[in-house]
Amino acid sequence: MTAQPINPPIMRRTPHDPSDYQLDSVDRRLINRLQTGFPICDEPYAAVASELDISEADLLKRLRHLLQTGYLTRFGPFYHAERLGGGLTLAAMQVAPEHVERVSTTINRHPEVAHNYERDHALNLWFVVATEKPEDVEAVLAAIALESGYPVHNLPKQREFYVGLHFQA
Amino acid sequence: MLAFTSKPDPGQTEALDALAPLDRQLILLTQDGLPLVPRPFDALAQTLGVSADEVKARFERMLANGCIRRIGAAPNHYRLGYRANAMTVWDVDDACVMELGERIGALPYVSHCYLRPRIPPQWPYNLFAMIHGKTRADLDGYLQAMAAILSDACHASDQLLSTRILKKTGMRFRGGQ
Repeated sequence: MTAQPINPPIMRRTPHDPSDYQLDSVDRRLINRLQTGFPICDEPYAAVASELDISEADLLKRLRHLLQTGYLTRFGPFYHAERLGGGLTLAAMQVAPEHVERVSTTINRHPEVAHNYERDHALNLWFVVATEKPEDVEAVLAAIALESGYPVHNLPKQREFYVGLHFQA
Repeated sequence: MLAFTSKPDPGQTEALDALAPLDRQLILLTQDGLPLVPRPFDALAQTLGVSADEVKARFERMLANGCIRRIGAAPNHYRLGYRANAMTVWDVDDACVMELGERIGALPYVSHCYLRPRIPPQWPYNLFAMIHGKTRADLDGYLQAMAAILSDACHASDQLLSTRILKKTGMRFRGGQ
């Protein structure tokens, strides 16, 4: 596979860059509009720009800026791991406070880990694993348990009631 | 063991046939994001050596069959002022968790709602719902409303506030075969 991401510099920016940039009203309309229903056509940015009464160049500039300043973490297709034939699960660990940094580094090193949150509970590390092949989920969890020295609890979903939320900017 | 665990909802978890190589290449090219250029589908087509119509048709199909949930922006909700976010977990009677899960999932402040296995005795909870508010007071109101819906069917609950985002990149396929 030789395909490379086309716009890595923007997407590799951390969403936590310190920035005191404040959204203006156009940014807010753009964030609200872009959360769903991006058109699939030759010039989709121009189509959305025209809805918002701004120029395509202004939209692209604002979109890059919102990604760079961390208001948006990502712009693009959201793939559904299981529909693509892959595996997906939520895992939880109970890790001593003094080991949280070390263990979270171990967890995050795995590219299959999509999100990892520290939470205020005895089970204090919660992360999502998405793999291209369903059987790889167990392998990733086993590797994390081995590397960290802590047990990993696997909490695969048995039923999805709802996914999605529009955050009003 | 719950009766329905052996029969997952076909519309939600059933995988499609093996991924076509071109679809896989498109996923690898766009899992970090769509190109921020005026003609993004042309740019992808050029990289892959196919027509833009082919690329657009494949995106349309992946949207239609659910391989793509949506195309759009993921806001960092913290930066938009949603600072009170919690994973709420509930121990709900197996007999009515399917119906109650649907009702909890339909609440406007719930972003994800799932049935998951318990880990007895440490973790008695089977219903998970992520909720998002701007203030702690918002959150408390949401929790009360959820508890009222679940009522006697719920035997225990907890709320896990996130104290730190340690990683948030979204799904990634490894490159290579």
